Amino acid sequence: MMSSLLGWFADPNMQWILMGSLLLGIGSGVIGSFTYLRKQSLMGDALAHAALPGICIAFMLMGVKSIGLFMLGSIISGMIATFGIHAITRYSRIKQDAALGIILSVFFGIGVVLMTKIQHSGNGNQSGLDKYMFGQAASMMKSDVYMMGVVSLLLIIVCFILFKEFKLVSFDPGFARGMGMKVGLLEQLLLFMTVVAVVVGIQAVGVVLVAALLITPAVSARYWTDSLGVMVVLAGFIGAFSGVTGTLISGTLSNLPTGPVTVLAATSLFLVSAIFAPNRGLVAKVWRRARTRQQIQQSQSLEMAQQRSRTVEGGLD
Amino acid sequence: MMDFWIILTGTLVAATCGILGCFLVLRKMAMVGDAISHSVLPGIAIAFLLGGSRDSVLMLFGAAVLGLITVVLIQLLQRSGLQSDASIGIVFTALFAIGVILISRNAQHIDLDLDCVLFGEIAYVPWDSLIWNGYNLGPVAIWMLGGTFLIVLITIALFYKQFKICAFDPALAAALGIPVALFHYLLMGLVSLSTVASFESVGAILVVGMLIVPAATAYLLTDRLGLMLLYSVIIGAISSTGGYYMAKLFDASIAGSMITVCGILFVLTFLFSPSHGLISRWTKRQQMRGGNLNQVI
Repeated sequence: MMSSLLGWFADPNMQWILMGSLLLGIGSGVIGSFTYLRKQSLMGDALAHAALPGICIAFMLMGVKSIGLFMLGSIISGMIATFGIHAITRYSRIKQDAALGIILSVFFGIGVVLMTKIQHSGNGNQSGLDKYMFGQAASMMKSDVYMMGVVSLLLIIVCFILFKEFKLVSFDPGFARGMGMKVGLLEQLLLFMTVVAVVVGIQAVGVVLVAALLITPAVSARYWTDSLGVMVVLAGFIGAFSGVTGTLISGTLSNLPTGPVTVLAATSLFLVSAIFAPNRGLVAKVWRRARTRQQIQQSQSLEMAQQRSRTVEGGLD
Repeated sequence: MMDFWIILTGTLVAATCGILGCFLVLRKMAMVGDAISHSVLPGIAIAFLLGGSRDSVLMLFGAAVLGLITVVLIQLLQRSGLQSDASIGIVFTALFAIGVILISRNAQHIDLDLDCVLFGEIAYVPWDSLIWNGYNLGPVAIWMLGGTFLIVLITIALFYKQFKICAFDPALAAALGIPVALFHYLLMGLVSLSTVASFESVGAILVVGMLIVPAATAYLLTDRLGLMLLYSVIIGAISSTGGYYMAKLFDASIAGSMITVCGILFVLTFLFSPSHGLISRWTKRQQMRGGNLNQVI
């Protein structure tokens, strides 16, 4: 296993793939931090499922399997999905969670219909479509990896440039509006970037699990810090680590799909954070509680001793 | 006969999910249904590994256990101060990932297609018949789904009042001495049970659709829980019948078509519902504006 791992690192193609999943991990971790703060974590899940009809329509229209086209299609249907969710929550009494569920399942249902339509039409070129369910980063083409890396890099750069604006919009949109910022535009941009991150993530980890790429690193990072800057960087690191680990393990152990391994890597980091993080972690909480209890007991026994000595003094008088 | 069995299967799935979905939508826990439908996967895989066959009862049991574990984990994370969205996302992706890995590591032992888990194969339902003493009693799936439907129906009917109060006002329910937590877990147990019973025929993701979309559509049509349950079941039945014929017409996935029809019904209701539709709300507003103007004049 060790030698195959080393062989992997030496292979230039694999180096590119690792680089791609590293950038993807950073990008989705960074975007995920903002979606987490804006309480839209499950948006990623809905958008991932909503991408399917876009991919299918792109394939039906063009008849070729090209990642650029697929991404364009899924970004368009992802944006339509965000408008749909907004419209349902805005113009009816249905709440956000049900709106997400409706968009998710209906878009996915339409996608499944289109996909079976493509499969039944006997087009021999469709074999790659089902890769979208679970992701196969390890068997990606070089051009796909370039695309993934470049788009992730763009996401990271935009987040870096607009960091202050995004921060304000995430924490206090009302204040941001008061400052004269174009809040609606920035929110749309953040949503658009979430869609892009999801669409890129689908290639690596698949439709079902891409939500984890956005949620888990961000939540894990939140345990360690109260500063958004630190959180974003940490989430990027955790995302990168999970992406690289997932690609490495699924590449060396041949019959493991990339998505689940990546997600489990992220989840184990989450568990470590939830248990061992200072202040917010489980251990810290239990320790703090125990110490408080001890302090209370001490002060109580001290009080009792004082009372006793007072009564004894009173008895002497 | 084939048509009949498939439509019946779809209708049973829709009815079971439709009833439970109403409570999920009312309690704002629709995405918990999504989570459960994904995270039962490791339970199914473990049941496969232990039982060595597609033993339905063992699978139901494994999945129900995993469903409850999911709910407990989500609650645990929520109580530790995490947003509910995020805790749902973390739990179900992790469990689903474990399930996928279990299945792909033991591919030679598990005769379970991952595509089938996601999309289901309702078209195969009529082929897998239950044979008892040499008699053909109809498809196994019908028996399983019928049983689940009955369990759900009886449970909800028995504790209708408790479920209702818990759905609308958990605080009041607690004050009245109703064990809210117990009914919460009972509901979640039922959701995971029906997820498993239906996932073989319609797949994990479309179960979510059947849980949420008919219930949400019914929510836009009425203000009474009893009627909402009824509408939800009817909408589910229309979607599965319509979906089947649509699938036949377009030569496409049956389960996918069922959800597509359901989605169309939702959009129609969203626009044209007499009480909560977009257009009736708009005309009401116009009338009010006109009335005000007349008063002023």
